[in-house]
Amino acid sequence: MAQRYYTETHEWVALDGSVATVGITDFAQAQLGDVVFLELPRVGKLLEAGDTFGVVESVKAASDLYSPVAGTVLEVNETLNANPEHVNEDPYGNGWLIRVELNGDLSQGLLDEAGYKAFSEGQSH
Amino acid sequence: MPYLVHSATDRREMLDALGAGSLDDLLTDVPAGLRRDGLDLEPGLSEFETIARVRALAGRNRVFEDRLWFAGGGVYRRFVPAAVSAVISKPEFYTAYTPYQPEASQGTLQAIFEFQTLIAELTAMDVANASLYDGATALAEAAMMAVVHTGRPEVVLAGTVHPEYVEVLRCYQDGRGFELRSGLEHVGERTAAILFQQPDFLGLLEDATGLTRLAHEHGAVAVACVDPISLGMLAPPGEYDADIAVGEGQQLGLAPSYGGPHVGFIACRRELMRRLPGRLVGEAHDGRGRRGYTLTLTAREQHIRREKATSNICTNHSLCALAASVYLTYMGPDGLRQVAEVGYQRAHALAERLAEVPGVELAFPDRQFVNEFPVRMFHVEHRLRHLRDAGILGGLPIRRWFPDRSDLRDVVTFCCTEVNDPAAIDLLVEELGRA
Repeated sequence: MAQRYYTETHEWVALDGSVATVGITDFAQAQLGDVVFLELPRVGKLLEAGDTFGVVESVKAASDLYSPVAGTVLEVNETLNANPEHVNEDPYGNGWLIRVELNGDLSQGLLDEAGYKAFSEGQSH
Repeated sequence: MPYLVHSATDRREMLDALGAGSLDDLLTDVPAGLRRDGLDLEPGLSEFETIARVRALAGRNRVFEDRLWFAGGGVYRRFVPAAVSAVISKPEFYTAYTPYQPEASQGTLQAIFEFQTLIAELTAMDVANASLYDGATALAEAAMMAVVHTGRPEVVLAGTVHPEYVEVLRCYQDGRGFELRSGLEHVGERTAAILFQQPDFLGLLEDATGLTRLAHEHGAVAVACVDPISLGMLAPPGEYDADIAVGEGQQLGLAPSYGGPHVGFIACRRELMRRLPGRLVGEAHDGRGRRGYTLTLTAREQHIRREKATSNICTNHSLCALAASVYLTYMGPDGLRQVAEVGYQRAHALAERLAEVPGVELAFPDRQFVNEFPVRMFHVEHRLRHLRDAGILGGLPIRRWFPDRSDLRDVVTFCCTEVNDPAAIDLLVEELGRA
């Protein structure tokens, strides 16, 4: 498994060559509670790092999704239309959200595993 | 002793904070011709005398009988069965404001759910919301849904949409960042939606199927603004594959009164459900399997989504929606069809006879209509004044809304509903011939 990087808005990104897979973190899904709906972008959409690319809606809240990377949306996880619970059950696997063809390098501002752990522990309450 | 909420000092302080010189300065947006400087009542009148004086003034208003009322243009005289006011006057409905703990008010939620169901069935769409303010705001909300859904910036108006609805759309476009275009030549890859009215402002039928197809060919959303009574006869928007259906529900049990009250409706296909504005009530079951009603999909709404909500609408016109529900339930599909057909037949009979009056002709004789139609006539003002003097509120001169359209200069629209009995129609034709 490729190394994951994280954002302070609780997305993760893993690289395979120039293709980045993006999802939300285990911490994020636990905070949101049962995910009931995802609004995801169309394939082909251009994203800048930090752009809103969709919305995750749970029984508790609806939150924006922010892209950790700049690039073009290659693929969207269509199985989540029927099975949004994959985001809760397997946030780093079947619960992935989008794949993005990178435009340039990964942003410098991303956190590594240890950095995100420290950050999210500071946020939990 | 009268209860005065604010002392003169309170009022002065508030006006100073606003930078207004007087209370009247707050009303300058109301056209001067509609403002009164006071009632010119001498001081010291008793309550009884005051009422008599005001009644005498009010008596100078000319009130036309429903049956002699042939002006439409978006608000219509209809027969309202007594069942409507009997139900909506129940204090449980009449006095209640929107419930803050909605699930505690199962009756209110059920009434809303019934309205949603009736509108969804009437329009043949998958889902309808709890209602909106009026037809104009419903159309604007539909435009915003389309803009967000497609991510495209332009909304195209087809044909002659009610000019006051268009004004409301213009009012929304700046704030919500979309652009309004008029005419099908603007349809393209920037088009989020094609908006059309069926029948249009003049009463004429649009090619709803063709417009819907055109929208879909360009990846845009088709928004049909429909007359709910006409759906007793015409194909509903769901049947010609429109994506969003909106309209004004005043004709469904609400009597016209000083321009209101109105109730807007909006319904859409399932794929657009999460873009719907306002409240949605769903039917569910509790832990013991009993039927219950609940607000649903609230994550679209502004108390959760704040500035990213689908809309700033967070309530509905419950009492008016209830009136519409009672009306539709009372009429049923057959009754609604009958109401629509009677209007159709009378309007067509009137059109035929008006066309024979010297100086009057059908404005668009090749176009079809339901119960409202445009005629062109000489001496519009003179003729309409003559009708008024005979106690008839004749057609609606539409020129004031279309100063740039020379083809509509001498056009007047007439409408008939079930309240315009044949004798009333005879009288109109006779008087118009005499004018």
